Amino acid sequence: MSEKYMEMWRSLGLNLEAHQGLLAVLSDAYQGIYLSQKNRPEGMKYFDFVISEVHGLRIVELVEEKKKGKQIFGTFCLYVPEELILAVDGVSIGLCAGADVGTEEAEKYLPRNTCALIKAFMGFKLAGLCPYVESSDLIIGETTCDGKKKAYEILNEITGKVYVMEMPHMKSDEGKRLWMSEVKNLAAKLTEVSGKEITLEKLTEAVAVVWEKRRALQRLSALRASDPAPISGLDALLINQVSFYDDPIRFTRMLNALCDELDERVKNGVGVAPKGTPRILISGSPMAIPNWKLHAIIEGSGAMVVGEESCVGERNFKSQLDPHFTSIKQGLESIAERYLTINCACFTPNEGRLDDIRDMAARLHAHGVIHYALQFCTPYMVEAYKVKQRLEEKEVPYLRIETDYSMEDMGQLKTRVEAFIEVMKDGMKK
Amino acid sequence: MRSGGIDIGSRYIKYVVLEDTDLSEVYKLETGYDPLGTCRDLIGTTKPDRLLATGYGRHLLQAHHDVETVTEIRAVARGARACFPSCRTIIDIGGQDTKVVQLAENGVVAHFEMNDRCAAGTGRFLEVMAKTLGFPLEQFGDRCLGNGGGMTISSLCTVFAESEVISLIARGAKREAIATAIHQSIANRVVSLAKRVGVKEEVVFAGGCARNRCLQRIFQEKLQQPIRISDNPDILSAYGAALMAKASTSDPSPS
Repeated sequence: MSEKYMEMWRSLGLNLEAHQGLLAVLSDAYQGIYLSQKNRPEGMKYFDFVISEVHGLRIVELVEEKKKGKQIFGTFCLYVPEELILAVDGVSIGLCAGADVGTEEAEKYLPRNTCALIKAFMGFKLAGLCPYVESSDLIIGETTCDGKKKAYEILNEITGKVYVMEMPHMKSDEGKRLWMSEVKNLAAKLTEVSGKEITLEKLTEAVAVVWEKRRALQRLSALRASDPAPISGLDALLINQVSFYDDPIRFTRMLNALCDELDERVKNGVGVAPKGTPRILISGSPMAIPNWKLHAIIEGSGAMVVGEESCVGERNFKSQLDPHFTSIKQGLESIAERYLTINCACFTPNEGRLDDIRDMAARLHAHGVIHYALQFCTPYMVEAYKVKQRLEEKEVPYLRIETDYSMEDMGQLKTRVEAFIEVMKDGMKK
Repeated sequence: MRSGGIDIGSRYIKYVVLEDTDLSEVYKLETGYDPLGTCRDLIGTTKPDRLLATGYGRHLLQAHHDVETVTEIRAVARGARACFPSCRTIIDIGGQDTKVVQLAENGVVAHFEMNDRCAAGTGRFLEVMAKTLGFPLEQFGDRCLGNGGGMTISSLCTVFAESEVISLIARGAKREAIATAIHQSIANRVVSLAKRVGVKEEVVFAGGCARNRCLQRIFQEKLQQPIRISDNPDILSAYGAALMAKASTSDPSPS
């Protein structure tokens, strides 16, 4: 990214020097991890471009949208209904939280043993490295885990623009009632910030946009069930990460074009790795952009990631909401209902997630499952036990990994992953 | 035919050469700052027909000499099984990693666990502590006395554990008793790792730390079963790799 964006970054209040450094690191990592892959589909060129302009052209677009009177809403969680944001003509952006940046700044406020994702979103803000957070008119948080919940209080002290949705932690009738009222409260808040009423027409339109986006992501997920895999796990992960900040209509169009290409590949038996390559399903904590660490290790060790039971992955698009509502009230009910089907580890019990993992492993023909938890991400770290139990019933090989965004444990992770692939290969011989 | 297995660990390079099926040569050299140079010397003098690399530095040889690799988990499984055919569990304490491997009945790896990223519960931990207490590493396990006298080393971190030890010394505790407490601390960590994987008979203790008699004794007590240790526990991974090189396949099941 070049000089041409300097003025824009300066006016957003970014720390220009540190930001240049971040972009250089990102560009090197992308070169090394992504552009070095073989047999990539042509359709990935669009996503390569989007990444190369992640802090450039996309921010220019947001500035343009703001000039037109639109608001930018930053989010950190799948539970924040994108449909409502679109219904007030807002732009929904999943905020930066996937890199080890601004840690020193973040640790002025947070304990050291806080998960990397929380440290990162605080770090990005405090170090002045995220143009998205600076562009946001409202940051919508949620009470999923304790770390996020408490960090939002501090983030609000710093930015003054955090709104928090209260999440139920049980999917009981009481939980459903609470969630319904929280969805309504968010709708009111969005109207207040944007000055726009949510009409039935607007809501129907917004629901259709998100519905199409989820359908395209489902299509990609289904294509990954083929052997040979028509697209690498790294590329699929990237697409899922991009889905959180790209323009949804353009994203859907480009992803569908890519899926058309992948359809052809599947028809012709073309893949990114030979047929019979060991296939791995990842399950656990979200992998926010640019966290590509585990996928890079796995695919660098001769296996293929075929799915992510993750917020940046299947949980984001697995269920659709019923688009046939005839009143705003019904529409909001459909939204509340659909979002509560997301099986996040902050819920108890969370048997649905275990079923999802089992079903995905079968559908995607995975030879093994790697449970990925960010260090100090207690809900997923603890739930790993249940996942292991469920998979052992099915005799699916299982590996549990806890890590963060740093590179210091790369050697050890590589050994674990390679040994796991050896175990899977033994299973494949049976 | 000469088959070599080279295990490039964080502290030592272990190298085994088989002459057909017989163990012909064994080397153990410090990894130091030039492991590639050390490996080249070893390969140059022994000229194996086939070679397989393992250990954390395995990719170094792969990158420079196109040598095939296998993880130390699979290699130690093969080596342990060759020495103890009914082995089902391996505790391998290396310089920077502790591994517990559970084998299926036919000898293939079924599950494994490794220590978290820090040095607690590894050979490096013992080394630092031996130095702090002024014992030679080879004698460390023999210098333990008593049951630790209720002392515990609770820290997860080698650096903090060292300062715990220093404060115990300052309080006048006997260094032999502190040594016992240190061994108990490391053993507790490894046993909890083993229990997570599931302990099945027979248990083999591998890696350089398997020579430590205090650890041997604590493991036997805590796991309530005899622990098997080969004459040369530190070369089990290299030996396993050599056996696999000989078979020219990475299949670890005994043929």
